[in-house]
Amino acid sequence: MNEALTAETVMMKGHGGDQVEAYLARPDGTASFGGVVMIHHLPGYDSSTKEMARKFAAHGYATLMPNLYYRDSPGESPDDAAAAARAKGGMPDEQVVGDVAGAAAYLRGLPGSNGKIGVIGHCSGGRQAFLAACSLPFDAAVDCYGGAVVRVPQGAPASFKPLIGLSKNLSCPLLGLFGADDQFPTPAETAELSRTLDEFSKPHEFHTFAGAGHAFFRVDGPSYRVEAAVEGWDRIWTFFGEHLAGKA
Amino acid sequence: MCTYSTAHVPAAGSGKGPDGWFRLREVSVYLDHPVHALADHTLNIDFINPARGPSARVAVELTAQTARDLVRAIESALADAPPGLV
Repeated sequence: MNEALTAETVMMKGHGGDQVEAYLARPDGTASFGGVVMIHHLPGYDSSTKEMARKFAAHGYATLMPNLYYRDSPGESPDDAAAAARAKGGMPDEQVVGDVAGAAAYLRGLPGSNGKIGVIGHCSGGRQAFLAACSLPFDAAVDCYGGAVVRVPQGAPASFKPLIGLSKNLSCPLLGLFGADDQFPTPAETAELSRTLDEFSKPHEFHTFAGAGHAFFRVDGPSYRVEAAVEGWDRIWTFFGEHLAGKA
Repeated sequence: MCTYSTAHVPAAGSGKGPDGWFRLREVSVYLDHPVHALADHTLNIDFINPARGPSARVAVELTAQTARDLVRAIESALADAPPGLV
């Protein structure tokens, strides 16, 4: 692995055929690679999430992160765009799924794609990664502490529904990475999700890290937990290596 | 966690954003992850004018203690105003 990569902003076709901005990071000098759709967290299409996209490319995966807030906030800073999206009540699930589908199609169409595509998200993006994996064909999905899968927080918009009822539609193996001290989702909720996936014989592996709460991967905030994050990354590389790597 | 819960307050007044002063039309108040403050969660306030675009925003991310102190200071300032001013 030489870790050489190219990263750039591209335009892709999203939900409803809309042109949507996206951040593409892909490995250089690799003849065949898998793809990863990265779903940004509620604070938006920000630098720390783009850094994660580059990390995936350095590990050999073409990664595309659509800017879910682009329609209403083209060219705006990520924090302003996130605030505007919040003021509007958030992104409709249907639109997110459409944008993720567009990103997956874009990755499949890249020269060198091996046709295997995964999806990953953190926080709200973790919830949306589960949603996408229950709505679209994927080869692997990673939910990093996605809340509101089993239980919707008090005060959430009325349109916001729990997703556990979609479990029977999960299209691919699921890796779940959670913090033992997290309240959304709690360990009891992720255990309930695991039991539900078992009922439908859906392959999954969940890891709950002691001493970690929500957002333990976030390197630019105090929630970062080095032990959980390092082990979490190792779990991701093993999981994607099993399901996304290899030649077409 | 992402709380998703937001209080929306209609606003009259002005704020100074990156492009200068603008008329405020709304205030969003929510407890969630901050972008910049060094805390897991903060009380965030966005003073905005949606008609002028997302960048017409004055944003603050406050610790819970600061937010409570601010509420008291605002209530105190209003209560102490000479009669007839507010």
